[in-house]
Amino acid sequence: MRRLVERIRRLSVSLWTLIVPPTVWAGHFLFSYLWAALNCAKAGRFATFPTLYVAGTVLALLLIAAAGAIATVQANTPGDPPPHEQSTDLDRLRFLAVATQLLAVLSAIGVVFTATPVAFLTDCR
Amino acid sequence: MTDLAAPADYVAPDQNDPAVRAVQEDRLRAVWQPPSGWFFRWTDVNNNRVGVWYTLTAFAFMLFAGVLALIMRAQLAVPENDLVTANTFNQLFTLHGSTMMFLFAVPMFEAVSIILLPQLLGARDLPFPRLSAFGYWSFLIGGVFVTGSIFFNAAPDGGWFMYPPLTTRTDLSGLGADIWMLGLSFIEVSSVAAAVELIVGVLKCRPPGMRLNLMPLYAWYILVVAVMILFAFPPLIAGDVLFEMERLLDWPFFDAARGGDPLLWQHLFWIFGHPEVYIVFLPSIALFAMLIPTFAQRHLLGYPWIVLAAVGTAFLSFGLWVHHMFATGLPKISLAFFSAASEAVAIPTGIQVFAFIATLWAGRVIWSTPLLYAVGSIAIFTIGGLTGVMVAIAPFDWQAHDTYFVVAHLHYVLIGGTLLPLFAGLYYYWPLVTGKKLSDRIGRTAFWVMFAGANLAFFPMHLSGLEGMPRRVFTYPAELGIGGLNMASTLGGFLFAAGVLLVCIDMALSPTRAKSPRNPWNAGTLEWLAHPDDEDWGIRSVPLVTSRYPIWDQPGFVDRVDQGRFFLPDAEEGRRETIITSVIDARPIQVARLGMPSVIPMITAVALGSVFILTTYHLYWWALAGAVATLAAVLTWLWTTAEIPEKPCKPIGHGLVVPLYLSGPSASGWWAMFITMMADATAFSGLLFGYYFFWTVHPDWPPPGHAGPGRFWPLVALALTIASWAATVGARELNVRGAVAAARVLLGVALLASLASIAAGLAGPWTSGLVPSAHSYPAIVWTLAIWTTAHAGIAAICQGYTLARSLAGRMTPEYDADLRNITVFLHFLLATAVATYLTIGLFPELRA
Repeated sequence: MRRLVERIRRLSVSLWTLIVPPTVWAGHFLFSYLWAALNCAKAGRFATFPTLYVAGTVLALLLIAAAGAIATVQANTPGDPPPHEQSTDLDRLRFLAVATQLLAVLSAIGVVFTATPVAFLTDCR
Repeated sequence: MTDLAAPADYVAPDQNDPAVRAVQEDRLRAVWQPPSGWFFRWTDVNNNRVGVWYTLTAFAFMLFAGVLALIMRAQLAVPENDLVTANTFNQLFTLHGSTMMFLFAVPMFEAVSIILLPQLLGARDLPFPRLSAFGYWSFLIGGVFVTGSIFFNAAPDGGWFMYPPLTTRTDLSGLGADIWMLGLSFIEVSSVAAAVELIVGVLKCRPPGMRLNLMPLYAWYILVVAVMILFAFPPLIAGDVLFEMERLLDWPFFDAARGGDPLLWQHLFWIFGHPEVYIVFLPSIALFAMLIPTFAQRHLLGYPWIVLAAVGTAFLSFGLWVHHMFATGLPKISLAFFSAASEAVAIPTGIQVFAFIATLWAGRVIWSTPLLYAVGSIAIFTIGGLTGVMVAIAPFDWQAHDTYFVVAHLHYVLIGGTLLPLFAGLYYYWPLVTGKKLSDRIGRTAFWVMFAGANLAFFPMHLSGLEGMPRRVFTYPAELGIGGLNMASTLGGFLFAAGVLLVCIDMALSPTRAKSPRNPWNAGTLEWLAHPDDEDWGIRSVPLVTSRYPIWDQPGFVDRVDQGRFFLPDAEEGRRETIITSVIDARPIQVARLGMPSVIPMITAVALGSVFILTTYHLYWWALAGAVATLAAVLTWLWTTAEIPEKPCKPIGHGLVVPLYLSGPSASGWWAMFITMMADATAFSGLLFGYYFFWTVHPDWPPPGHAGPGRFWPLVALALTIASWAATVGARELNVRGAVAAARVLLGVALLASLASIAAGLAGPWTSGLVPSAHSYPAIVWTLAIWTTAHAGIAAICQGYTLARSLAGRMTPEYDADLRNITVFLHFLLATAVATYLTIGLFPELRA
């Protein structure tokens, strides 16, 4: 477990990794839009149980959780005391990791918000 | 690539010696000397001048659009008024909205950023000063063209969102629609140019040591907003292309009778239009993030939370566009998705406001005029935000849609979220630009007048909307019982205008006032290094930054900058220079030579403007001449860039020696190409969306009886594009290995393949006799083919240009930026060709 934590802390962090959780949200949102458009506008029907939609939503949440978990491990890298506002590798890592972690929480809320209507609406009306 | 070492005889300057410093200052002053003369002064490209022109122009457009609003309010003051005709009223509200959005809110953010960003980042200028100048001149020409139309009774009159079919049918709408479409398309070009400039500026021009976690929050917001522009504006450009094809050539994209769909326009418009709201809101919040720490006299609390809010808002804002279309009959489940995202966006917005309140709570607050504006605008914005949460709920929206309730909501949001924060910024940053403070007495009076005026004008609109007053009506009957509410709105509107007038008077009095001391607010961020009697060189030496608030936290910081004790304190070679650093950790990697004042950006803007303006009047041959002139101007401009330096590297102080030339992904030019192509790819995906949108909404589309372009020619065109791409990549690899002759041959082959792919790409729809005016299917197939082959044409120009550079000795194996940059273009062209040719060639065959 410790080895895994060490490996995660060494993963490279950048502006690209920062936007992984909201990009997953965006992907899920696009998927939702297309799923509804194809089911309702094109095919004119709503599957009795939206298996595909549920699978897509679970996948999105798992990806966001993974990004969030990695970011959490990185954010907890031990070192100097707070506030973490120095021009050091460590503080830069912590900052990007905390921001990623927060974005993961927001993105997860976003995905759940988006998916909620499917649980309540049973047809295309 | 080269051995980075200072010449053997190099002696580092002694910054303790005042004589050495004076000589350095003379050289810097000479290099940054603005051009003079009644014409040539306008060829300046320095950000401190271009930014000020830009800001004043945007401010003037705001005043103009405000006057239009006052005329509207005067017309609506009493029932059944006849101050203006219905036709004039239509022009007034269309131009008011369009001007405020396209000519004030977005350009103002760009203008302010062009002034502030280099100062905030301790850079001498932005990476592409001539691009800023080009953006400004494009903005000025396009803006005057669009707003001037109302004096000829030819202004657009279809509402700021220009819904077809009202606006696409030439019997229902006149020249105004073309003026809107083409004039504002031209301004969108300048917005994308500014976005490229600002993104590269934030990522590559930070001072050494300013890692991502130390960046001023304003820079974070600018980065986020500029990226949003890249993804938000291009769908509108795609929509504009389709719209003008319908108006000028009768290609029926939005004509339901011929397989088109007016809703496609609404989708493309609002994919732009909703992020746009956040594009104009976030920069204003960014101003708060700078001024609140100053007046709380402490670091801003929750730095990562603010970054979360900025990035989160940017993403979520792209999932909101259908909430403008709740009443169009889309499937309810789709509406619910957008309703959910619209509620979710309140979370990051709220986080920012709480972070600001917490900072003020934890600090020792100085109740200055800028802070008064900031706090007042948050109050107004919050009311607009709350009604936003209401209209984001579809059933409520069905009741309030197209009523004055929505007018009230959007004005609370924009006045609280954009206009008043800009006034806060005006009072805060005026000393930075002019060296003088504005009057606190006038400023506070103006604030309270505007605050009262805004509430008196817009609060009653909630009620008149709920009483049933529709938007965009030039008058209303007395029996509706909303005369009193409208009179209140009118009085409030004029009261608000009186407040704006007070601010204008305050600014006009500024030249009579004494200079204020340096850093008059005792702020901690880099921009306040500016001196009241400022030099044009931006910053005396580029500092090493180790804190978010260096003026507060780094001992002796200001003196060290002023005495040239940091980096690049000189201009030995008589060139304008700034330091380029790495994206994440801001390590110095290059000294970039910046563009000098030139008339070329202005000429390019005039030439490009002529293309759009002449097309409006159907003068196609003249427009074509303008396009050729634009190409010539761009190539002339380009030829002077990416020059090979006289020496490979130079010392910048403290033992650091950095190269003068970079190519590939670490270079700013490569990033500019990559970012521009992201915008281009987004515009293309807007067109592709059109194709699949038609397929989705029609039971059988492509329609029976309309044969497609076949498989053969699209696949040949694709093969030729792949060949062009492969030859270019091959040329890059051979060139860097020193095989220059072979690289030139491959570039020639690539050029021929690009040209051949144009012919093959158009042969598909041509040989199968597709008539674009017959139906939306042939129209969109032609559009995709033309878009892709036009890009192949640009690829051919790129390849020919690079070949010429190689032959002229301006591109060598070691200095190969041109070839690396055009390879980026080719990567995107390849992706475009794959999507286009597989869609038009194979997709119709795949449908069940």
